Amino acid sequence: MNLLIEAVQWLLDPVNWQGENALGMRILEHLGFSAVVVLVAAAIGIPVGTLIGHTGRGRGAIIAITGGARALPTLGLLTIFGLWLGIGLEAPFLALLVLALPPVLAGAYAGVESVDRATVGAARAIGLTERQILTGVELPLAAPVIIGGLRSAALQVISTATLAAYISDTGLGRPLFTGMKTQQYDMMLGASILVALLALIVELCFQLVQSAATRRAEPHNGHQHRAHSGARERIAA
Amino acid sequence: MNWLSQNLHIVGQLLADHLVLSIPPILLSLIISVPLGRLAAGSPRWRTPLLTGTGLLYAIPSLPLFIIVPAVFGFSLRSPATMITALTLYGCALLVRGAADAFSSVPQDVRLAAAATGHSRWGMFWKVELPLAGPVLLSSLRVVTVSTVSLVTVGAVIGISSLGTLFTDGFQRNIDASIITGIVLTVVVAFALDALCVLAARWAMPWQRAVSRA
Repeated sequence: MNLLIEAVQWLLDPVNWQGENALGMRILEHLGFSAVVVLVAAAIGIPVGTLIGHTGRGRGAIIAITGGARALPTLGLLTIFGLWLGIGLEAPFLALLVLALPPVLAGAYAGVESVDRATVGAARAIGLTERQILTGVELPLAAPVIIGGLRSAALQVISTATLAAYISDTGLGRPLFTGMKTQQYDMMLGASILVALLALIVELCFQLVQSAATRRAEPHNGHQHRAHSGARERIAA
Repeated sequence: MNWLSQNLHIVGQLLADHLVLSIPPILLSLIISVPLGRLAAGSPRWRTPLLTGTGLLYAIPSLPLFIIVPAVFGFSLRSPATMITALTLYGCALLVRGAADAFSSVPQDVRLAAAATGHSRWGMFWKVELPLAGPVLLSSLRVVTVSTVSLVTVGAVIGISSLGTLFTDGFQRNIDASIITGIVLTVVVAFALDALCVLAARWAMPWQRAVSRA
C-alpha cells in the first residue's frame, strides 16, 4: 500500500505538471492521438458496416474479421509496424487503426442489421427513398449499438496507445516506461493510475452518450426491450 | 524460416511459458464467474453493482493493470502471479456478465417445473440451470479464452516471458521473423484453446450437438 501512496504523491507533485514533460501535455497527446485514430476508424468503419448491415452482403467477412481480430496480439502489431515503418507516429497509428476498425465495423453492422425489418418495410411503403430509410430510420435506431462499437474501439485504442510508447515515445506510456527503465516505481505506478482513470472517464462518457442514444431510439422501452438491446451491444463489442 | 529453425528451442520454451500463463486465468475466471453470474441473474439487488463493477474493471487498460496489481496485492512485478491475477480479473470482467446473461436466459417455467418436481435449490442449479445456461456461457468463455491468450503477450514489456518476448526481442534486435513467428503462434494458440473449449463443451453437453455459436 505504501507504493500506492508514493504513486499518488508523485501524481500530486506540482513538479510533474510543469515544463517540457508536464503530465498535462502527455494527457493531451494521449487523448488527441486516440481521438484521431477512433475518428478515422469511424469514418471508414461506419459507412462500410452500415452498408453491409443494410444490404446483408458480406456478413460472413465481418464475423470472421471481428473473431480473428480478438486473437491478434496488440504488442505484436505495434512492434512489427515499428520495425517496418521506423520510429514516429505512423507505426502506432496504423497498429491502432487495425485494432479499432473491427469493433466499429461490427457495431455498425450489428446495429443496422438488428433494426426490425417490418419498420424498414413500413418506411419503404410510405414512400421514403433508400437514402432516407438509411439516414432517417436505420441509423437512428442503430445508434446505440453503433456507439457501443465506438466505445469498445475507444477503450481498445486508449489501452494500446499506452503500449505504443514502447515503440514511439508518446502519450502517457512515456512516464510509465521511463519509470520502468529508471526503476522509479512511483512514476511508473502513478502513470498507470492516470491511464486507468483516463480510460474509466472515457468509458463513463460513452456510457452516458450511449444511454442517451438508447432513450432516443427506444423512447417507450420496457425493461425487456432494454435487456434485448444490451445483448446486441455485447455481440457488437 | 531460417530464423525459426535456428531458434526452435527458445520458441518452444516461450510457447510453454505462454500456456502456463494463459490456462490458469481462463479456468479461474470460469470458476469465479459462474456463482457471481448466477447471483447477478437471481437478484436485482446484486445485478447492478456486479455488472457495473465488472464493466468498469474491463475498461482498465492491460499494461497499467499489470503494474497496479502487484502494488495492490504485494506481488513482485515480474512474477507469474501478477499476470495470472490481472488476467483472471479481466476474464471475470467479461464472464460475470456472460454468466448473468446465460442464467437469465433459463426460462422461468422451466425453473418452476423443476421446483414442482421436487428439486432442491442446489439440485436445480446443477441439474437444470447450469446445463441450460451452458451454451450462452460457452460463447463468453470462448471470448475470454481468445483474449486472454492475446493479452498474455503484453506482459513481455514488463519482463514476463511468453510468446510476447518474441515481439520485444525481435523489435530490439531488428528481426521481423521473430515478431511474425510470435504473432502467428499467438493466434494459433488462441484458436487451439478455443477449439478445446468447444470440444470440452461437446463432451459436457452431449445433448447440444450444434454448438457452433461464436
